[in-house]
Amino acid sequence: MSSYRLPKGGLVDRKAPLSFTFDGRPLQGFAGDTLASALLANGQMLVGRSFKYHRPRGILTSGAAEPNALVTIGRGGRTEPNTRATVQELYEGLAAQSQNRWPSLDFDIGALNGLLSPFLGAGFYYKTFMWPAPLWEKFYEPFIRKAAGLGKASYDPDPDSYEKSWAHCDLLVIGAGPTGLAAALTAGRAGARVLIVDEGSLPGGSLLSDSATIDGKPAADFARDTSAELQSMPNVRVMMRTTAFGWYDGNVFGAVERVQKHVRDPARHLPVERLWRIVARHALLATGAEERPLIFGGNDRPGVMMASAMRTYLNRYAVAPGQATAIFTTDDSGYALARDLEAARVDVVAIIDSRPSAGVDYRGKARLIREAVVCRTKGRKAISAIEVHRGGRAETIAIDALAMAGGFSPIIHLACHRGGKPTWSAEKVAFLAPSGLKDLDLAGAAAATTDLAACLAEGAAQAKAIVEEFGWSCPPIVLPKVEGTEGTHASKPLWSIPGVKGKAFVDFQNDVHLKDIGLAVREGYSHVELAKRYTTNGMATDQGKLSNVNAIGLIAKARGVSPAEVGTTTFRPFYTPVSFGALTGPHHGHQFQPVRKSPLHDWAKKHGAVFVETGLWYRSSWFPRNGERSWRESVDREVVNVRQNAGLCDVSMLGKIEISGSDAAEFLNRVYCNAFLKLPVGKARYGLMLREDGMIYDDGTTSRLEENRFFMTTTTAYAAGVMNHLEFCAQALWPELNVRLASSTDQWAQMAIAGPKARAILQKIVDEDISDAAFPFLAAKEVALFGGTLHGCLFRISFSGELAYELAVPAGYGESVADALMEAGKDHGIMPYGVEALSVLRIEKGHVTHNEINGTVVPADLGFGKMVSGTKPDFIGKAMLQREGLAAPDRAQLVGVVPLDPKQSFRSGSHILAKGAAAALENDEGYVTSSAYSPHVGSTIGLALVKRGPSRHGEEVVVWNGLHGESTPARLCNPVFLDPQNERLHV
Amino acid sequence: MASLVPCPHCGQRPKEEFTIKGAALTRPAAGADASDWFDYVYLRDNPRGAYEEYWHHTSGCRRWIVLTRDTVTHEVAASRDAADRPRSEART
Ligand SMILES: [Zn+2]
Repeated sequence: MSSYRLPKGGLVDRKAPLSFTFDGRPLQGFAGDTLASALLANGQMLVGRSFKYHRPRGILTSGAAEPNALVTIGRGGRTEPNTRATVQELYEGLAAQSQNRWPSLDFDIGALNGLLSPFLGAGFYYKTFMWPAPLWEKFYEPFIRKAAGLGKASYDPDPDSYEKSWAHCDLLVIGAGPTGLAAALTAGRAGARVLIVDEGSLPGGSLLSDSATIDGKPAADFARDTSAELQSMPNVRVMMRTTAFGWYDGNVFGAVERVQKHVRDPARHLPVERLWRIVARHALLATGAEERPLIFGGNDRPGVMMASAMRTYLNRYAVAPGQATAIFTTDDSGYALARDLEAARVDVVAIIDSRPSAGVDYRGKARLIREAVVCRTKGRKAISAIEVHRGGRAETIAIDALAMAGGFSPIIHLACHRGGKPTWSAEKVAFLAPSGLKDLDLAGAAAATTDLAACLAEGAAQAKAIVEEFGWSCPPIVLPKVEGTEGTHASKPLWSIPGVKGKAFVDFQNDVHLKDIGLAVREGYSHVELAKRYTTNGMATDQGKLSNVNAIGLIAKARGVSPAEVGTTTFRPFYTPVSFGALTGPHHGHQFQPVRKSPLHDWAKKHGAVFVETGLWYRSSWFPRNGERSWRESVDREVVNVRQNAGLCDVSMLGKIEISGSDAAEFLNRVYCNAFLKLPVGKARYGLMLREDGMIYDDGTTSRLEENRFFMTTTTAYAAGVMNHLEFCAQALWPELNVRLASSTDQWAQMAIAGPKARAILQKIVDEDISDAAFPFLAAKEVALFGGTLHGCLFRISFSGELAYELAVPAGYGESVADALMEAGKDHGIMPYGVEALSVLRIEKGHVTHNEINGTVVPADLGFGKMVSGTKPDFIGKAMLQREGLAAPDRAQLVGVVPLDPKQSFRSGSHILAKGAAAALENDEGYVTSSAYSPHVGSTIGLALVKRGPSRHGEEVVVWNGLHGESTPARLCNPVFLDPQNERLHV
Repeated sequence: MASLVPCPHCGQRPKEEFTIKGAALTRPAAGADASDWFDYVYLRDNPRGAYEEYWHHTSGCRRWIVLTRDTVTHEVAASRDAADRPRSEART
């Protein structure tokens, strides 16, 4: 026989039937069901196949610890594998699929793995690595991958949205069971800001499964009324479907709220999950306790269930486990289950109690077998009988459901997340939270208090103490009257059961059984951390919630020591698996990182720009025109046009920093390696910024606009880094300097106007005289535009080597100024050019960028040796730049390189070999840092860092690229390919 | 997952708003020995326990601060603006 729904009772809404499917079979449940309770109500006891041996598995628990009942739910991008059926709320149309079976759940070929079990035992992975390596790829790995497995993730994008949020409270209560509710109520009534979270859909925890009465009403009603009072308090927030998964420093807790995981069609205006970081002045763990399985042969057969889970299915969901039930218990909780089963007219055939006497006086109809154990189960895909051993005699009893009650382990995970080790209590027979915790307490079953009345009292008392410590006065606590609970003799742990036959599972999810633990101890892996890895016990997605304490007990027994001596493995977040979606939050797709668009973005778009992502920026790469068949054609045209006429390039993304204050010049003098103190007002200067180790950090131009006001530009990539660095220098190194820094990158639209006709074009919109005499090379000043209607900053600087200017105007005017310049330049042949052309122009001129400033070069390596001030008493990098090695004669230094045959090419990253030298590391002379096709030279050209490069101009070398199999005869040359006398600059 | 960092100007703020530079060492004087510079640029202690570090409130007030942080527990014992030299140093 199998499980079924009782005609009455439970907290399910029988007026709200829900249709769902399991492996395509249409089934019915009720609102208030979990997928697990609905499956059991339909008699579906077989729900999955085990990880390694593909054994038939059923539903073991009714909560978060479930190791067996993992299913895949949802479709397409909403597919969610490894969903625990025991926590998934049922909704109309839910479609669940079983996992790890082929071709079907009922008939699974993989079950043959059971025959291979001698090879799949403890240390299997370790030993496999010792086998002949060539067989790994062909045999072991495909076999392991195929055989062992969980559900499959979807490749479709997740259509749902996720959020992240912060919350703050005086008292965070984790767990809305009896202890947590009593605590929240006490603190809430006192006026503290209380946040109470619980992973379930309804407040109440174990109250929802308990047949006791509180103040004369059913426990579930007490839970409902208490939470209603909590919800009515403005200072209390009740967050259901919220799992606190980690405890972090600063008393911050991580939690995930499943906002819409219980509906088929999530509302688009809400996230499906919300990741919370909760900052709590104090926290109370009222997380309850986990019941331990008992380890006997076939304890994994469908129909075997935790006793507390069976009680939950019976009382909360009105689901009977079978027609003929047996209970195997080591404590008194088994008797409460027996009483409830019998009250629901479910036959209890036998109670097998490992103890000589119980703490309760059982008067039901079941046969009571004391000092006895179940040593194995029988059946195929569901349990049909148990073999009971008592005093050396074996007896087989036919049943269709078995509950096991192996004692309770307090759920202390969060209390251990910050490094504290649990302590073993011989008195409570349990691992308790580490002692001396700060800002966190435990109460109720999480602190090994088992009696319901005691839990209510403890929750209230702890909350009172906490809020009074914070200065609130607490109204007197009135404890409710609890009736109808059983005695609570502590369990006598039964780590190993004599006479066990067959596979007795310790870790159900990873298929670790009793013999594996024994083997690990025998083979020398008895340390708890080693045993875990050797057997994989506790390493599955359930993180050993059911298995860890049993494994410790078994190891302790095998070693003849107390569990205290074995200790636990390390508890780490997350308590239960957290979806990647929740952790990612809104940061995916286009929201993965911010998008920075230049004020001239739309202008560039208008001109057909092809954009490239550089960091957060979208920069215009080139501007294709009709008839151009490749990007090279466009870039060549842009380059040639700049050299012959004029071009306009968006350089707004360069970092821009305004530096002011009476010590601004002194400050710049210390952050640049070259001199800035005497830079005249109205002048720009190229500056090199070093790191403290002497290497070049960044370069750019800085202009003195007023005596105590400077305008600095940085490279695009290092804009933020330079700003941070300057702030460090100003605040931490030289706070005595009067200097102010302001990033103004986003305030300005900046454009380069370059080419022989640049002046003629620019003069049409600039009011001031910008002739060479009035505004010579490196002039910089604020200018009026369009007859004084607009003001901007004009700099006569050139990256291209042509007559060139950079004009900065307020960002909002960028597009109209660019339009005006295009109009003004129409007759002069002006064209927009992008960063590709910019790059070709600067390589032709031998200008460096971060391709060359790559963290390994000092100024002299790039030909800037003479720029470094010898007279300044101090600047960043000065001391370390003196190091002998940085002046060594064989340093790699900047040089140009061209192919001997103009038809041949080479690419950046290729290495330089002396002519005739073999391609070997010891013959490496350097490498190409930048390369491009130069219309001016008529071939590929490159910049390279080559040993003794400056003294080797004219030497024939080979440019070698092993990755692409290229070898190009080339000649080293002056890195300035165009106008070495700078005649074009000074026209 | 989470850490709160006390900024002397902004109060407790999430660590994502900050950038960490590393040990809060004092920069040697301009003419200091090469060995002092080597220590400053390259050598770092790696203590278990209290450690003084430069943190930058990058996404906040943009001040550099000196945190005294426990490298084991991440507990912050003190935080001050980097421009406020410790009293011992100010006296010299
Ligand atoms: Zn701040």
